[in-house]
Amino acid sequence: MTEASGGGAEAAPHASGEGVGGSAAPDREGGWTTAVRDRLTRRLSIDELLPTRQPAYVGSWVYVFGVVTIAALVWVVASGTVLALMGSAWWHTSSLGHFFNSIHFWSVQMFFIFMVLHLWGQYWGAGWRDGRAKTWMVGVVIFLFSIVTAFTGYLVQQNFDSQWIAVNAKDAVNSTGLGGFFNVLNFGQMYGLHVMLLPIGVTLLVVIHILQVRSRGVVRPIDDPYVPDAAPGSASGGRAR
Amino acid sequence: MRRGRGPIDKADYYRGIRMVPYDLVKELAIAMVATLVVVLVLSAVLSSPDVPSATIQAWAKSDPVDFVTTAATELAGQSETAQYGPPYNTADGSVQSLGAIVPQQWAGVHVAVNAPLDFVLEPLSQSTVGDQTLASALSAFDAASPTQQQKWLNAYIQALAGATLTNEQVTVASGDYGPVPTLMSRLLGLARTGGLDALLLTSDHFYQTDYSKPLLFLGDGGYFIDLAQAQDLTGSQWGMMNETGRYPGQAWLWLYTLWYQLPPFTTASNADLLVVLVMTVLSLALLLIPFIPGLRDIPRWIPVHRLIWRRHYQS
Repeated sequence: MTEASGGGAEAAPHASGEGVGGSAAPDREGGWTTAVRDRLTRRLSIDELLPTRQPAYVGSWVYVFGVVTIAALVWVVASGTVLALMGSAWWHTSSLGHFFNSIHFWSVQMFFIFMVLHLWGQYWGAGWRDGRAKTWMVGVVIFLFSIVTAFTGYLVQQNFDSQWIAVNAKDAVNSTGLGGFFNVLNFGQMYGLHVMLLPIGVTLLVVIHILQVRSRGVVRPIDDPYVPDAAPGSASGGRAR
Repeated sequence: MRRGRGPIDKADYYRGIRMVPYDLVKELAIAMVATLVVVLVLSAVLSSPDVPSATIQAWAKSDPVDFVTTAATELAGQSETAQYGPPYNTADGSVQSLGAIVPQQWAGVHVAVNAPLDFVLEPLSQSTVGDQTLASALSAFDAASPTQQQKWLNAYIQALAGATLTNEQVTVASGDYGPVPTLMSRLLGLARTGGLDALLLTSDHFYQTDYSKPLLFLGDGGYFIDLAQAQDLTGSQWGMMNETGRYPGQAWLWLYTLWYQLPPFTTASNADLLVVLVMTVLSLALLLIPFIPGLRDIPRWIPVHRLIWRRHYQS
């Protein structure tokens, strides 16, 4: 990284650089740290992350699905945390445990329903336009990752559903050659994936997705495209893709 | 797709768009409360499914003939697991391929299962203490040639078709079965006590979390499938997308499960591999929609967006 590419080159020297005698050279600007810091500052300012004004077209019911998906995910993680804290067999022997399992179960159902509605909403609004392809792709990865996470959840219920799903799913996984590395019959492996690794993955991806959405803003309506260097709202020459 | 590099300045991007006050945090808080209320109501009213797991003990008690038949086919190396192939063994009964593409074979054996040894002989050999009859039967079986063993087992498996239950023991017509009836009788007794459930989990470690062997053994029997049939869970009943009771299950797997209901997947011997490949292609297509002409243009051709942004267009 060259100094010039570090951005913010006119920043004041670091305080420690004005040490004894005031003769110390200013800290070297640039480098990876500066680049990352400047990029984060530029892309993730608090005003961008938590704006108090939005385009009026955001006042559509379609935009509700994204936020309720996040809300459902919060309850999925919260109820799952309680279930994990109490141990994998707790909910089979305790009515309170079973109730928490039910909360987990229905939160997951809500999460998927809202996520699919959000996905369809974004598809019909072509939400990938104007530089938002990565946002769409991360969203799809979240969807696929969530399916695997939920699948491992069904495998670790320790009941007949788990047994049946494991015995049947093994053939599909084995056919790909992955059965020896992702063994659906191995409770310990599936449990570790379900309560730790996959939820962390989904949560991180959701955070990235939210940051992508907030940093770029909500895409304009299809028939009201962004036209660089053109009159506001002009439809002339504007491409909706 | 926008051409050019770097993000568009937001002020420029929203040029000409009416901006209105919007409270994101309040919206999230309301969404969380509303979602929690719905989830709590559903949990209180509908609960969640929890059909107890099947055990080998319950299997041996409720359907001993099926249990013994399955155990005999395991010992003969004729069961689905014994003939499966990777990742369990080097057979090829369940190996799926597409032309020269055989990922299952390429990956090799990683969860080694020796059906005769792991499901029958090893558990029995651990139960010989104080049981000289069993010890003698095991010795006689081990001493016999593989051809003789298969002869005994094939005759016994054939005779099991007409088996009856007498004093909780599986009885077959007289024949030359060698020590096999003794072995099966002892294994049935062991299973009835619950001992086989534990022995199939046993390895050289104290802690156990890998249920591969007991699940594969259960899966080879008819009892397990009958339980699933009663719960509408078999493949022709949309399989693992369902779950026990009247619950939604993994509804998000509908497209994956759909293929198994349609030809040629319904009869293909490599249906699993084909369906996985189809779903991989479709998932990639979904991922790459922004770059696929035609797919990315459908939202412009079919103006659902007119409903999404109805008020914006009206204004």
